[in-house]
Amino acid sequence: MSDRPSAPVSRAAESIPVRHAAPARPGPRRWAGPGAVVVVVGVLLVLPFYVTAFWLQTGLFAMAAAIGAIGLNLLSGTTGQLSLGHAFFLAFGAYGYVWLAGDSGRVGVRRLSGAGLPPLLALVLAVLLTGVVGGLFSPISGRLRGMYLGVATLALVFIGHHVMLNAASVTGGFNGRSVPSMGVGDLTLTDGRPDGLEVLGIPFGRLERLWYFALILVLVAALTARNLLRGRPGRALGAVRDSEIAAAVMGVAPARYRSAAFVVSSMYAGLAGALIALIFNRVVPDYFGLALSIDYLAMIVIGGLGSVTGAVVGAAFVTMLPQVLSKYADTLPLVVAPGSPESGVGPGEAARYLYGAAIVLVLLFAPGGLVGLLRGRPGGGPGGRGQGLGRLGRTQGSIRIGSKE
Amino acid sequence: MTKLAEIVLNGLALGSVYALIALGFVVIFKASGVINFAHASLLLLGGFTVAKLHDDLGFTLALLVAVVVTAAVAGLVEMVFIRGLGRTEVHTLTILTIGVDILLTTELTRRIGSDVLSLGDPWRAGVRDWNGVHIADARIACVVVAVVLIGTFFAAFRFTAWGLSMRAAAEDREAAALMGVRLGRVQLIAWCVAGALAAVAAVFLAAFPSAGLDRSTGQIALAAFPAAILGGMDSAAGALLGSLLVGLTSALTAGYQSDLSWLGANLGDVAPYVVMLLVLIWRPTGLLGSRERARV
Repeated sequence: MSDRPSAPVSRAAESIPVRHAAPARPGPRRWAGPGAVVVVVGVLLVLPFYVTAFWLQTGLFAMAAAIGAIGLNLLSGTTGQLSLGHAFFLAFGAYGYVWLAGDSGRVGVRRLSGAGLPPLLALVLAVLLTGVVGGLFSPISGRLRGMYLGVATLALVFIGHHVMLNAASVTGGFNGRSVPSMGVGDLTLTDGRPDGLEVLGIPFGRLERLWYFALILVLVAALTARNLLRGRPGRALGAVRDSEIAAAVMGVAPARYRSAAFVVSSMYAGLAGALIALIFNRVVPDYFGLALSIDYLAMIVIGGLGSVTGAVVGAAFVTMLPQVLSKYADTLPLVVAPGSPESGVGPGEAARYLYGAAIVLVLLFAPGGLVGLLRGRPGGGPGGRGQGLGRLGRTQGSIRIGSKE
Repeated sequence: MTKLAEIVLNGLALGSVYALIALGFVVIFKASGVINFAHASLLLLGGFTVAKLHDDLGFTLALLVAVVVTAAVAGLVEMVFIRGLGRTEVHTLTILTIGVDILLTTELTRRIGSDVLSLGDPWRAGVRDWNGVHIADARIACVVVAVVLIGTFFAAFRFTAWGLSMRAAAEDREAAALMGVRLGRVQLIAWCVAGALAAVAAVFLAAFPSAGLDRSTGQIALAAFPAAILGGMDSAAGALLGSLLVGLTSALTAGYQSDLSWLGANLGDVAPYVVMLLVLIWRPTGLLGSRERARV
C-alpha cells in the first residue's frame, strides 16, 4: 500500500526535519487521487436531483465548513500555527457580507446600516476585508509561534463576540440580522426570480441553487490551496513549521510567511462565513463562539493535518455528525431526541463525545488523520505528493526552540 | 474612594483565583511543554465533586476529596495521553488536551444540566464592613487561601527535590534526564499539582458573589489564559503578576462600567483579552517570560 518500503525506520531517522521528495507512484496508483476527486464531484453534481432538503442543507453546511477548514489547515496543519480565532474570521466574513450587501433601514425598533452593494461584489469585498483584518493581526501572528498563537487568538473570539453584541447598527445585536440573498442579474439564489425554475423536472429552489454555488466555491478554494501548497509558498510554510532557523537560512522569512499564512487562512474563513450566512439566512453572534473555533480545529485534526483532502473529509465528518445523529435519534440506541423527557444522551452531546473521542484517538493512533488511513499511512509519513505533510511538525528539537534557547 | 477601594480589593481577590489556575497552566507547561486546554474541565470536575459531596461529607472533607479526585484525574490524563506520546510534537499534545477537554466537559455539563449547584461553603453570603468598604467573606478567604497555597508552591519549587528536578527539566530536558531526573515522575506530579489547584480555584469561582457552580464555570478558567500568557508562559512569578493584572483590569472595567458605557455592556469579560493583546504586541514572550534568542 505505502509508497515507501515499510521497513522499520528508526525513530532518529523519522525525526530528521527533512522531507524527501516522494518517489514517483506506480502506474495505476497515480490516478487514484484525481480519479476519486472526479467521482466525488460527479456524485455531488447530481445529488440535488435525488436527495431531500435535509441532506442538501446538511451538505451545504459541510461545504461551507470545508472552505473554512482548508484555510485553517494552511495555517495550523502546514505552518504549524495553532489558531483558535477562526470563529472570529468566520463571523467577520458573515457580517461583512451582510453589511456590504444589506440596505440601510429600520427593522422593528432598530436602525440598521448597510452599504447596499451588489451581492457578488459584497462577497468578494467581505473576503478581502477579512484578509485585511487578518493582516492587521500580523504583529502578533508573525511573532508568536504554535500554541502561543492559539491562546492569543482566543482573544479575537471574545473581543469579536463583544463587538457583535454591541455594534448593533451593523450586526443587529443579540438577535442578529437577516442575510440579503446572493444573485447575479436576474438569477438569484432564492426560491423566486426566476420563478418556478425547473431542471429535468426537479424544481430548482434556494437550496439547489445554493448547492451549485457552494460547490464551485469549494472547488476553487481547494484548487487554490492545493496549488499554494505544491509551489514555493507551501514548501516555505512547511520549512517554517519544521525548523524556523533552517527556513531563515534558506531565505524564507519566518515572520512574513507566518503572517501571510494567517492572512490567507482568514480569507478562507471569511468566505466560509459568508457562505454560512447565506445558508442560514440569518446571522446571530452566539453561533460564532469558541466552540465553533474548536470545531474547525477538530475538523483538520480528524481529517488529517496539512492535507486539503483531509480538511474536506474532516469538515464533512464534524458538521454532518450532529445533524445525522439528531435526525436518526429515534432509531439509534442510547441517543434521545433533543428536549425529550427520557434521560439519555442528546444528539448534540453524542456528537461531541464522538468527535472528542475522534480527536484523541486520531492523534493517538493515526496522526495522519482519516486521509492518512485511506492512503494506508496511518502515521502520516512523508509523500502524498506534497500534500500529506502529516502532523504538525515532527521535530524533537522544537520543544526546546519553542520554549527556551 | 470607598468604591475604588472595594474594586481594588475585589480585583485582587479575583486575581488570586486566576493565579491558582494560571499557576496550573505554568506548572504543566514547564514540565511537559504542553498548554493544557483540559484545565477548564478539570476545574469544573473539582467544583462538581464538591457540589455533589458536601451534603454528606461536609464542606471541608468534600473539598479534600475533590482535590484528590481532580489531581488523580489530571494525573491519569498525563499518564494515558501525554506520557505515552512523549516523543510526539508538543503542538499535537496541546490539541490532544482539547479533545480531552471536550470529552470531560460534555460529560460534566450533561450531568449539571441547567442547574446552579451550591457548594455549601462556610462563608455563604457574609459581607464585612471596614469604614464603609464592603467586601465578601468568601473573597477574603480566597485571598488568604491563595496566598498560603501559592507561598507553599513557590517554597516547594525553590527548596524541595521535586522543585529542583522541575527547574532542571524546564531548563534542559535531555541534560536533566542524563543527570538522573525522572522526567515521567516530575511531569506526573506537575499535572497532579495543577489539578489540585484547579479544584480549589473552582470553589472560589463558585462562591459568593457568584450564584454557584453552573455549566459555564469552566469557561471562566479561560480568563486565566491571558493571565498566564501575559506574564510569560514559562514563569511562575509572571503568572502571579499576570493574574493580578487581569483580576484588577476585570474588576476596574466592571466597576466603572457606567463611565465606559460607550464601549458596550459586560466590558469586564473582554478587558483581560485586550490587555493580553496589548502586552503581546509589546513583548511577544510575555512580561517575565524568558526571551527567545535565535541566531541565523
